[in-house]
Amino acid sequence: MKFGVVRFPGSCDEVDALMACRRFADAEILWHGDRDLAGVDAVVIPGGFSYGDYLRVGAIARFSPVMEAVKAHVLAGGPVLGICNGFQVLCEAGLLPGALLPNAGLRFLCRQVDVEVVNSDTPFTRACAAGDTLSIPVKHTTGRYYAPEETLREMDAHGQIILRYATGCNPNGSLADVAGVVNRDGNVMGLMPHPEHAVDPLTGSADGSCIFQSLMDHVEEGPARLAEARA
Amino acid sequence: MSGPAAVASHRALGLTDSEYDLIVDKMGREPNRVELAVFSLMWSEHCAYKHSKKLLRRLPTEGRHLLMGPGENAGAVSVGNGLAIAFKVESHNHPSAVEPFQGAATGVGGILRDVFAVGARPIAILDSLRFGELTSARSRYLLDGAVSGIGHYGNSIGVPTVGGEVYFEAPYEQNCLVNAMCLGIAPEERLIRSAAAGVGNLLVLMGARTGRDGIGGASVLASAELNSDDASKRPSVQIGDPFEEKKLLECCLELLERGTLRSLQDLGAAGLSSSSAEMASKGEVGLDIDVSKVPLREDDMEPFEIMVSESQERMLCVIEPQKLAQLQGVCERWEVRATAIGEVTGSRRLRVLAGGEAVGDMPVEALVDDCPLYDLAPARPEGQVYPAPQRTLDSHEPADILPALLASHNLSSRRPLFEQYDCLVGSRTVRRPGHADAAVLDLRPDGAQGAIAASIDGNGRRVACDPYTGTVEAVLECAANLACVGAQPLGLTNCLNFGNPERPHVAWQLERSVAGMADALTELGVPVVGGNVSLYNQSGDGPIYPTPVVGMVGAVPDPERAAGAGFSTEGHTVALVCSPAGTVSLSGSQLAKLHGEELPDRLPEIDVTGTRHVIEAVRDAVRDGELASAHDVAEGGLAVALAECCIEGGIGATISLPSYELEALFGEGAGRFLVSGPAEALESLAELATPIGAVGGEVLQIDRRWMWTLDELREAFGALALAFP
Repeated sequence: MKFGVVRFPGSCDEVDALMACRRFADAEILWHGDRDLAGVDAVVIPGGFSYGDYLRVGAIARFSPVMEAVKAHVLAGGPVLGICNGFQVLCEAGLLPGALLPNAGLRFLCRQVDVEVVNSDTPFTRACAAGDTLSIPVKHTTGRYYAPEETLREMDAHGQIILRYATGCNPNGSLADVAGVVNRDGNVMGLMPHPEHAVDPLTGSADGSCIFQSLMDHVEEGPARLAEARA
Repeated sequence: MSGPAAVASHRALGLTDSEYDLIVDKMGREPNRVELAVFSLMWSEHCAYKHSKKLLRRLPTEGRHLLMGPGENAGAVSVGNGLAIAFKVESHNHPSAVEPFQGAATGVGGILRDVFAVGARPIAILDSLRFGELTSARSRYLLDGAVSGIGHYGNSIGVPTVGGEVYFEAPYEQNCLVNAMCLGIAPEERLIRSAAAGVGNLLVLMGARTGRDGIGGASVLASAELNSDDASKRPSVQIGDPFEEKKLLECCLELLERGTLRSLQDLGAAGLSSSSAEMASKGEVGLDIDVSKVPLREDDMEPFEIMVSESQERMLCVIEPQKLAQLQGVCERWEVRATAIGEVTGSRRLRVLAGGEAVGDMPVEALVDDCPLYDLAPARPEGQVYPAPQRTLDSHEPADILPALLASHNLSSRRPLFEQYDCLVGSRTVRRPGHADAAVLDLRPDGAQGAIAASIDGNGRRVACDPYTGTVEAVLECAANLACVGAQPLGLTNCLNFGNPERPHVAWQLERSVAGMADALTELGVPVVGGNVSLYNQSGDGPIYPTPVVGMVGAVPDPERAAGAGFSTEGHTVALVCSPAGTVSLSGSQLAKLHGEELPDRLPEIDVTGTRHVIEAVRDAVRDGELASAHDVAEGGLAVALAECCIEGGIGATISLPSYELEALFGEGAGRFLVSGPAEALESLAELATPIGAVGGEVLQIDRRWMWTLDELREAFGALALAFP
């Protein structure tokens, strides 16, 4: 199993994501200018910044050559995880519903928060149980999740809201406490909290491990086994 | 001698008449416009340290862990495993007082470049900030702007801000202080120096285009007092672009890894002038620079403007001509501009060309070494020169005093600031800001064992009371903070923020402060690896509090054992650890400030050797893994430290003391710690530790007379949140 972590100009959490992935499987950096994914099984679009984000966050990164390959990978059913800026890029690219707006407090905020697993029936959360609480940090200026009411209702109905901030922990004013979502097909996830910063108790928490573990299980064991387990 | 036009011109550029005459003497003729501009910056206080150089020679600069001492872009110490930590603190005070967001942002950008200029990857930022009282709208504006600016640059470039300190005192009202410290990591053999070498080698400018921003920053802003027309100086403040710098950083580190570069230097104060002259001076060579080759942001710039521009995100390197293609390949990949703008010569002269025409020709030695150094004329003032602070508390009852101290802006929780900084990127942060007395950074991501710790400290109020003792205290406090996480200091960087050194009482403060720093460092056996001097920090209202800021880096063998500040476990014993000869006093304390008392004109003498023993004992106990928590007792005294340990740990404590005088509860003095742990674990601290109570419950109770719930303490401690609506 191999993870690929995209590096855009100005990326800054890609090495953290790479190190987190390597705790579970092979992982390598994917260069923004390449149109091929070097045969990786799962793609991580990391947090931090891309192209300086001086325009709208993620608005330029979505046009980079590597994103064409990421879209093809998604169409083929391959899993893609977008963390923070990666979530923003995936929304800009139209691979995830909704958008991320400036925090209600209008400031950058770095804080350990509790998030609840709403749906454990996805490639990204299958190693968790619904109702689990994960302690994972957030750090962003633009993390207030927004989608039109109708969209949000549909997402809810299809189990697409997979992580919510625990009561009292919503750091940014996200609608319905949304912290992480998947696309309708279930193979693209975006979340604002940073699981790559929560893989070692020494640096604060290991609760983010379950996201990477889930992805690895998904690739190694395949979706069939999950369906079996459910049955 | 000089005609009237030249007089006006050199004076406007900050040179005295006698300095100008000396320049004419060294040149053998009148300097032209380009040369005068370059000289004025190279001979400014900011670049030449002309009022501080002699004093700084008193500081110890030798140590067995030292790899690179003062004089390079940053100093460096060995942390074992073949790894070096490069670090330095620098001020960006005047730009921040004029435009706080960009001033602070580019302060961070500048110190990051200093660190990667020596080949180290920046891994942490700490900052030290001073503002006027937050009752003033100007101070709230400066605080908000500076904090946003630091966050903007550090967060965007992906270097965590892991610690820092901030104080609010009226003398900083006009002239705030923004000092930023950066730590970087590199394999020891990768460290690179800035000396230009190899006649015929190319000088290559990398990074951003050169514009008119920051022209004259070093002389106009950094080397003169602030005046009421400072808004008109805004064009002298540079604009930062962390995205550009991130690309430049990665590009430079890749070039160093490939061995492409012979030397590397960042462009900071005085831009190309200073960076090229320094490189030539250290390499004992000359440089020819063709300004017509410098990529410009505006195409009608004069040669002198190109030479003195302080546009950000630029680096200068020397390479062998055959490596140009390799360099360009790497730069293209990172989308970084790179232009050969000159070459190394054997002339020992800095020649400025504009196309084919020579527009400046100066001896390197005259630029770098010949600026006159001035002796200070120190005189101790009669009595205290600073006005008494505004009284904000009348009560002398501990029940009222503790919440008032916790809510005072110098003591309240720094969390509203820290939360605006990414403290996590890099995955090294073992102890986050506020959780422990020093930041702890894991070295395992770099393939090494153990961790390092860093802290930055300074207390202008105490130094204003007594420049010598106040500075000794700052150094000891920094070492004490490191001890709490089990770190042994390896080196220190300093930033000396003072007023106008030409005033006798400021000269006296500076002289006594450096003497105190030298004595404390000699006692601790810690060398200075580099730093910065920021003088002329004063306005019409007078000088700032004298503010030496010190940053230390230490080694932590086992980060799992780095103690947090907060109490952790019901039933643990709480002990006060201090030297038997240690003294505490309310004189110059935070309580004295709330009571509106005038600053004293001296502080009680410190038993430095005894304090060192206490610091070492605490460090050893933490390293042995015996303590559950360790916290330095600093401003606000014992009662405030107890409250902090309860709030941070989320658990109460029951305390009884031998004395309940205000001095025992709120007095301040060096070398005192609050520790907690199982009773038998505290025995290793022997006669230094006095058990004073036990951890547990939901309240902090002192002598049954006084009791505060955790919620009451938290509410008071959260006061600074109001400054960030």
